Amino acid sequence: MASITITVNNKKHTVDVSPDTPLLWVLRDELNLVGTKYGCGIAQCGACTVLLNDTSAIRSCSYPVSAVGTNKITTIEGLSENGDHPVQKAWDELDVAQCGYCQSGQVMAAVALLKRKPHPTDEDINAAMSNICRCGTYVRIRKAVHLAADKANDKK
Amino acid sequence: MKQVPTNISRRHFLKISSLAGGGVLFGFEMLANITAEAVADAPLFSPNAYLSIDPKGIVTLMAPNPEIGQGVKTSLPMLLAEELDVDWNKVVINQAPYDKDKYGNQGAGGSGAIRTRYEPIRKAGAVARQMLVAAAAQTWNVPEQECTTENGYVIHKASGKKLSYGELATKSASMPVPENIKLKDPKDFKIIGKRIKNVDNKNILTGKPLFGIDTRREGMLYCMVARPPAFGRKLKSFDDTEARKVPGVKNVVRTETVVAVLATNTWAAKKGRDALKVEWEDTGKLESTADHVAAFKNLIQQKSEKPDRNDGDAENALTNAKKVLESIYEVPILSHAPMEPINFFADVRDGKADLYGPTQVPGRVRTDVAKALGISEDNITLGLPRQGGGFGRKLRSDNAVEAALISSVARAPIQMLWTREDDMQGDFYRPNGMYRYRAAINNNNELDGWYLTAAALNGRAAAADNFPAGALANYRVDGHGLTSNIQTGPWRAPTHNAIGFAEQSFLDEIAHELKKDPIAFRLELLEKAKNNQVGKVNYDIEKFKSVINLVSKMSNWEKKTPGRFKGFAAYYSFSTYVAEVAEISIQNGKPKVHKVYCAVNCGQVVNLSGAENQVQGAIVDGLGHAWCTEITFDKGAVQQKNFNTYKMMRMQDAPLDVEVQFVATNEAPTGLGEPALPPIAAVVCNAIFAATGKRIRKLPFGNA
Repeated sequence: MASITITVNNKKHTVDVSPDTPLLWVLRDELNLVGTKYGCGIAQCGACTVLLNDTSAIRSCSYPVSAVGTNKITTIEGLSENGDHPVQKAWDELDVAQCGYCQSGQVMAAVALLKRKPHPTDEDINAAMSNICRCGTYVRIRKAVHLAADKANDKK
Repeated sequence: MKQVPTNISRRHFLKISSLAGGGVLFGFEMLANITAEAVADAPLFSPNAYLSIDPKGIVTLMAPNPEIGQGVKTSLPMLLAEELDVDWNKVVINQAPYDKDKYGNQGAGGSGAIRTRYEPIRKAGAVARQMLVAAAAQTWNVPEQECTTENGYVIHKASGKKLSYGELATKSASMPVPENIKLKDPKDFKIIGKRIKNVDNKNILTGKPLFGIDTRREGMLYCMVARPPAFGRKLKSFDDTEARKVPGVKNVVRTETVVAVLATNTWAAKKGRDALKVEWEDTGKLESTADHVAAFKNLIQQKSEKPDRNDGDAENALTNAKKVLESIYEVPILSHAPMEPINFFADVRDGKADLYGPTQVPGRVRTDVAKALGISEDNITLGLPRQGGGFGRKLRSDNAVEAALISSVARAPIQMLWTREDDMQGDFYRPNGMYRYRAAINNNNELDGWYLTAAALNGRAAAADNFPAGALANYRVDGHGLTSNIQTGPWRAPTHNAIGFAEQSFLDEIAHELKKDPIAFRLELLEKAKNNQVGKVNYDIEKFKSVINLVSKMSNWEKKTPGRFKGFAAYYSFSTYVAEVAEISIQNGKPKVHKVYCAVNCGQVVNLSGAENQVQGAIVDGLGHAWCTEITFDKGAVQQKNFNTYKMMRMQDAPLDVEVQFVATNEAPTGLGEPALPPIAAVVCNAIFAATGKRIRKLPFGNA
């Protein structure tokens, strides 16, 4: 066990865990941030996607907490104050979710994509959005990414 | 307005009681088609759903059925709100816990929630509305008939008086229960049929704890289990020396079938589980997929003593045919793989069990847990979280029973969680199957006989009454089940999900053989069934034709675009009709699905947004599994243990668009969670044939 300090959603947390613990389980079990989901444990499905330093989407199930260091982690809970990030708004407006389990990971992946590419093409979306949605909401996810891009660009 | 008897007598209308803070709590009998006598004679009929109206006019509705992504937490309360005539934006919706006496059948399966609850829930809303009207009429001393309602108010137009439901709530409790209630004319619907957003959107999109896996309770231990690595093998013994050394591990217990490691966090529980030295013993046959395939090949050559359906003489038609078309179709085992892996919370102490977790069958969970623990069902409470997908996996109670037994032995509250690998090895799979079709083409170049010999793992191999049954003088279906110790169970649209592919592909083969347009060929067969029906037919011919004609129009079927190819299929299941067209191209030797068109007749659409989402999702689900997904077994052990080898559809292969149109009708709703899935594999495979001339007869086609 080791005492590890990480910054999540702009707050510092010190946890006493085994250093090989995946970030996912630190978020869920130690910090009670359960919006980040477990789906496969091998970085395949993307249900555990969080942001590293606001820009890259990482799969927290395969990211040891000891590797976080001083990097800033953002989870779905910290994406916006009132759930009104353009991506969250687009997801709500197009009523994307069915069961909803994978959607926090989908949202975080979309946020990272839009940071890199504010006007993504369908091909960009294909390449970046590799998260699995077992309910098959891909048609609406694609539309929501485009809508979120429009919303974010309208703001500017 | 439609007049319907309420079938609800005063003494059974339920506990209408004042709430502590004022207001009224209505309970409603919501079982369909009960008679007043039956109610009077049956003390079991007590309230099975609740709505409350507080003095501010806020209406709280309980969503009775488990939400697995099919949308009933939104759509069932919509029915109530419609007839109650309230502002949807002021309605508060709570998920009901399991309570058979109050809520009747709380299952999620068979695309049945809306089908069975459509009228009873509307009646419940209408009764409440009428009592509010009565309370207002009495207050104003005017006839009830002069009062109308709108958005949570009763209005008396002539005098300009108006009272909110909140103001009327307490008084309405003392009003007589109406003997006849008026259900709204569908043309007056303000909520039903509209696009209403998922009521949990905000919670989902901000990461609130909603799911079983999110359960956190005082003193709860995280639990992982060592489960048999193969069907046919069982737990013999274990050594937990190393497991107990893992920091955070608090206990290791065994039940008859599994070893459970309990820890202060999930990761410690997993490390402890992985450190167990477990000895498994062979207690049954260790089956491999090759064994099944060999057995199927034999079975589909066997004539059944008891055909599933036998019209005319299919064998004779084949013997006398000018030409016989014969094709063998094959589908693999599939896993349900809901995104939320199997889990359950259980706190079993002092002869009582407190349970909370994902299930499609709360009634079965309670019964089976009671039996497993040897306690009364009355000592079990069961809460229903939102669920990360069902697809039929949670029609079994195994997860709850396993968690309850572990908690009982450990005498501690536990959250049991399976890893994805546990989930893939411990499923009740979609059975694999093989389908041998023979079609007789007679001298007039007509389809004259049809003979399907089907074989599938553990049970019903074919849907024998499917179209084109009824259209053909000679039609026979023989089904063979192959008994296996590999667990199988319902998977979204059971049987249909396999047979839809085989049958709709074979019909396409016949159309091409007869040089007929695939859509014209289906319509011609339906016309035959209409004019000269053979045996019983469970589908409505006109409704079937309506969706086929609609999708033909939507997709501009006749239009040929260079480089683009279309495929078609239509299917009837869960009392709903769907017809689908896919438009594809071939890029780098791989199919690219540009667009899918789907016409649906499911009666009255309740939530247009949810309904469209279900259809789009079912199409992606069915297509994805047909494309790249299969489970194979080697000596009882699953070979695809996670999503790196069990390849689910992702964005890049999903259709760019799925256009859905519903046939406009006010007939009672039929099923919608499943019906769009069965035909899609054939739709795309038929398009691939149109593009390449290659007929796909084995799934997944991405392996070909």
